[in-house]
Amino acid sequence: MDPYALKTLNVERRARRAAILVTDLGDGRDRIVREGDQVAGELGAAIAKAFQSGNSGSVEAEGRTFFLNAHLPQPRLMVIGAVHISQALAPMAKIAGYPVEIVDPRTAFATSDRFPDIALHAEWPEDVLKRQPLDSYTALAAVTHDPKIDDFALKAALDANCFYVGALGSRKTHAKRVERLLALGATADQIARIHAPIGLDIGAASPAEIAVAVLAQAIQAFRSRGLEATASARKSESILEKHDA
Amino acid sequence: MENSIYLDEARDPLIIAEGWMKDGKDVAIATVVETWGSAPRPVGSHLVIDAEGNFHGSVSGGCVEGAVVTEAIDVIDSGKAKMLEFGVADETAWQVGLSCGGRIKVYVERLG
Repeated sequence: MDPYALKTLNVERRARRAAILVTDLGDGRDRIVREGDQVAGELGAAIAKAFQSGNSGSVEAEGRTFFLNAHLPQPRLMVIGAVHISQALAPMAKIAGYPVEIVDPRTAFATSDRFPDIALHAEWPEDVLKRQPLDSYTALAAVTHDPKIDDFALKAALDANCFYVGALGSRKTHAKRVERLLALGATADQIARIHAPIGLDIGAASPAEIAVAVLAQAIQAFRSRGLEATASARKSESILEKHDA
Repeated sequence: MENSIYLDEARDPLIIAEGWMKDGKDVAIATVVETWGSAPRPVGSHLVIDAEGNFHGSVSGGCVEGAVVTEAIDVIDSGKAKMLEFGVADETAWQVGLSCGGRIKVYVERLG
């Protein structure tokens, strides 16, 4: 292994950024590919797939055998609001492989009695996120219903390109929220990334069922990362074809 | 279920390998590149070895580490990478095997 490749890989891993070490098993040469780097051909397609799934493996391309070792950051879930939904969501997400942290400045809500064995911050999101910035391998669910607590975190999640951004509240509540986020400087494209009302539409009624809907939606967002862009590109291509015909 | 969101620097094989390199040690890196059946460690897992035979990480949960370390010291000397295969089918060729019945392929290379 090239010492420079190892150093680069560790820098990326420490910074919670995805990278793939590509090794030519024929001659032992290797290099680091970061998420978003353009790699052409069959090898490029295999690399894109490995970023998607996080699975490592060998691939035959251009008459050679490459080993792709995919290093994806551990995805995690940041929940704004130590509410009833969060009490169900936190253990479920943990079991599904998404470590959870909960932020709520209301000390009556954020107690370890209500959230045993969960990383809990009885602080404002502004303070927590300054210490522990969000990133594209973080999902954020804002469930307090209180704009004073939710809004800053939502804007921060959009700016950090979190792979999932969900916000609790009816369509009417969300319409008002959109106004406030636009005033905070969010763009229309960013606003469109917010899942609101939060959760997959499974008719969830109880807080625990809403938690299932939120977790499922976050997993769906994680496993389809980057696919929306490709899908919409394909769609516009097919529209163009039709137009030409 | 212990999924830490940050690297466990004291136990992470690739971080340890970089540290050894900075200390001027010769290092080999072993990587699981293929598994068949029930293999104890997933593809991509690492074992890192220095020239004295110290090692960190795991490629099989303990079944074949001894043999990999021996081969790794060879690889450090020669600089030539090796592909090793372990499993039930190779019991005569190798003194060690995977008791779980799986097979694994391990790529061993020198760092630098």
